[in-house]
Amino acid sequence: MSDYGVLLVSHVPQIVEGLSILLREVAPDVAITAAGGTDDGGVGTSFDKIQTAVLKNAGESLLAFYDLGSSKMNLDMVAELSDKKIEIFDTAFIEGAYTATALLQAKVPYHEILKQLEPLKVK
Amino acid sequence: MLTVEKTIRWLNLFGQKVEEKKVYLSELDQAIGDGDHGTNMARGTAAMKTVLEQKAYDTVQDVLKTAGMALLSKIGGASGPLYGSAFIGMAKQAGEGAADVSAILEAGLEGIRKRGNAEAGDKTMVDVWLPAVDAVKNKELSRERIDEWVKATEPMKAKKGRASYLGERSIGHMDPGAVSSGLLFESMIEEGVLDE
Repeated sequence: MSDYGVLLVSHVPQIVEGLSILLREVAPDVAITAAGGTDDGGVGTSFDKIQTAVLKNAGESLLAFYDLGSSKMNLDMVAELSDKKIEIFDTAFIEGAYTATALLQAKVPYHEILKQLEPLKVK
Repeated sequence: MLTVEKTIRWLNLFGQKVEEKKVYLSELDQAIGDGDHGTNMARGTAAMKTVLEQKAYDTVQDVLKTAGMALLSKIGGASGPLYGSAFIGMAKQAGEGAADVSAILEAGLEGIRKRGNAEAGDKTMVDVWLPAVDAVKNKELSRERIDEWVKATEPMKAKKGRASYLGERSIGHMDPGAVSSGLLFESMIEEGVLDE
């Protein structure tokens, strides 16, 4: 069980699959789980899928990244109802997730990671 | 005043109206969003109907909370968390007492605003909820007024949600979330939820 994990949420399953591949290459030891698309595999976001991705993540405290608006609303709801601490970042999706994951792999302290994510905010 | 039976009848009528207007709601969403509002709402309200039939409920709070969780998890998109937040907010307030319908609806509106951060005039469901909650408070909610609020979203420029990416081009279409919210309030009137 690690302290921190990364959670990815997108409207499309292939977007988070692809992004996970990118992140695992640079951070093989970081817990990364993802929720993409609706329950039936369509375009959209699913509360249930996000909840499952949170439970499956080995991290106790999660850094969450998302693509568009409804991903965030569903994330917010999951965060409110979850026992884990989930911090949602309004950064550019790929750049934010990549930065956080690479820094977690390098064991950079959390407050330092927050500082580096700050200029990546776009939403 | 809300009772367990009345609340279930209200929600089932809402579900029935959503099912009837499913195609229309998706068409509205096609114009300014991703075209799935009708399908999503119908899936959510069908799931809600199923859970409401599955067991007997003791309290209005229980009914609203169960309905909210079903809507949250089955509607999907942005409407799932928005309707979910509304119903979970209403459930909490109903726990304080089911007699004050206007306080319950106000808590629902609060849930929606907190989740979506929309304000009046943003071309969202808030443009129906806001005046409707007020009207219920003053005992003057009517079908005609609901229709007016829904239609008033047509000339608005969207500032929230997928439609906001369209900017000026979102003008001239009714907001699908406002239309589905109108059905919820219409169902309230028809099921006598607002009668003393």
